[in-house]
Amino acid sequence: MSNETTLNIEPDANAAIKAECRNFGFYYGDFQALKDINMPLYDKKVTALIGPSGCGKSTLLRSFNRMHDLYPGNRYQGEIVMQPDNTNLLAREVDPIEVRMRISMVFQKPNPFPKSIFENVAYSLRVRGLTNKSELADRVQHSLKGAALWDEVKHRLNDLGANLSGGQQQRLCIARALAADPEIILFDEPTSALDPIATASIEELITELKEKVTILIVTHNMQQAARISDFTAYMYIGELIEFGVTDQVFIKPKNKQTEDYITGRFG
Amino acid sequence: MTPQDLQAIRNIIARAKRWDAFFGVLGILALMVGVLTFMTLFVDMAIQGMGRIDVGFFTNFPSRHAGQAGILSAWVGTVLVMIVTGLAAVPLGVAAGVYLEEYAPKHWVTDLIEINITNLAGVPSIVYGLLALGLFVYQFGLGQSILSAGLTLALLILPVVIVATREAIRSIPQIIREGSYACGATNWQTVRDHILPYSSAGILTGVIIGMARAIGETAPIITIGALTFIAFLPPLPFAGEPPAGLFDWLFAPFTVMPIQMFNWTSRPEAAFQANAAAAGFILVLMTLAMNGAAIWLRYRLRKNITW
Ligand SMILES: Nc1ncnc2c1ncn2[C@@H]1O[C@H](COP(=O)(O)OP(=O)(O)O)[C@@H](O)[C@H]1O
Ligand SMILES: [Mg+2]
Repeated sequence: MSNETTLNIEPDANAAIKAECRNFGFYYGDFQALKDINMPLYDKKVTALIGPSGCGKSTLLRSFNRMHDLYPGNRYQGEIVMQPDNTNLLAREVDPIEVRMRISMVFQKPNPFPKSIFENVAYSLRVRGLTNKSELADRVQHSLKGAALWDEVKHRLNDLGANLSGGQQQRLCIARALAADPEIILFDEPTSALDPIATASIEELITELKEKVTILIVTHNMQQAARISDFTAYMYIGELIEFGVTDQVFIKPKNKQTEDYITGRFG
Repeated sequence: MTPQDLQAIRNIIARAKRWDAFFGVLGILALMVGVLTFMTLFVDMAIQGMGRIDVGFFTNFPSRHAGQAGILSAWVGTVLVMIVTGLAAVPLGVAAGVYLEEYAPKHWVTDLIEINITNLAGVPSIVYGLLALGLFVYQFGLGQSILSAGLTLALLILPVVIVATREAIRSIPQIIREGSYACGATNWQTVRDHILPYSSAGILTGVIIGMARAIGETAPIITIGALTFIAFLPPLPFAGEPPAGLFDWLFAPFTVMPIQMFNWTSRPEAAFQANAAAAGFILVLMTLAMNGAAIWLRYRLRKNITW
């Protein structure tokens, strides 16, 4: 197998790079889960990570907010450089908490805290030391609107987050991720636990969010990747096989393996 | 399958099922031995002691006359000792449990500590009494006081509190922790805002079950030198002449319910046996009440917690 990533990018003059993996690798203990990944994330675009189960999509996604630092034995290699400040997020001297304050995350299964709807969203602000009541209320409202949830919950902000439906819970988690104005939001298969209607509303939301923030999303659903992403990265056993403009990757994949996966011949 | 085969299978099933029934009966009998023994003891104690239980029994000090003797100093002593025990064991046990689960790196040192804590729960209580006699009573000079007794029992239930804390913390799904860290929370913010609130039901249950065990402990309390005959109460804060300090009661001599019982059972007169039964009945009720409180608290606190 070639180690060379196939790049499939039309010259896209107005897309700036928000972050970039450079010779990035990752180890769970002795097991190398990611190898030599070079991939840009374009500013205020949606980039989809696709590939067969176990190929390392979540591992790559969770490297961006240094989630792997929570567990012993994990090791990063290479760099993930964030712009405009040119910070290597993986550098030893960069605090993972600082990284997580700039890059927020939405999980596969909705994971609202067992707190009120209000407190769930406010939590991102509280960890940043915000205590002013009216400012908290304003920003919670703003985030809930941004997550297209406000109208459904404005009269029950003190209800438990867990009392919402699955799709609403996921939008609550998106509101929580939005609350502190992140530069990038990471989504790990955010609709895999949801029904088609809730999925559609999350997809629509993601398309709206990219006006303001850069998005990296893992999905196992080809149609979803085709519908919502601007760029697509196809991974296979820890390697990035092809990266390119979504339309190009789906219509004219340059790599045979990508084509086989997309057309459903394996995976 | 021929009819003969079918009959053979049915015979095998019938024989196997006899063992089913046999074990069912055996199990019920085993259960009955435990439950019935306790019920008999409890009812016997209740019948024997019931005649002695009135308001005076709670408001009188012990006396040489069985009919006038009461448990005032004993129940006050028990309540005060339990307060000290709770106040000492909860912060220590919870802090240790949180540290082990959320902070400590997982390697052989923490494994060793874990094994030690589990073993600590099995140390006979009188050993804690001896330890406390040397450490609290003499070394720290706390005397044969409520404070010494409370701290001794706190040591005794510390392993229970630590284990309960750890179990409660472990039942919090990892995805909730990750949610907190993903918001940019520090270790401490995660503990304060999530881990402790969501595990409080389990922790409280463990604490109360530990206290219910401690409330009946006699050996370590006798070892540190509780008196068996006390006809006064610990000083109220700022009461008496000269006025007592806020914490003087901590250093007062005391007795507790099981010791009062023990004292009465060792008397030859039958009337004192009734007193002992009455005190025992009340002690069991105190324990049951604590366990009931644990169940209720767990229900209340868990109501709002779903993952
Ligand atoms: N905590 C872990 N420890 C060890 N190996 C892991 C761990 N998590 C994932 N892996 C392995 O890393 C590889 C990539 O996993 P993952 O990133 O979860 O794949 P994907 O999200 O693409 O399905 C798999 O082989 C998986 O078994
Ligand atoms: Mg995954």
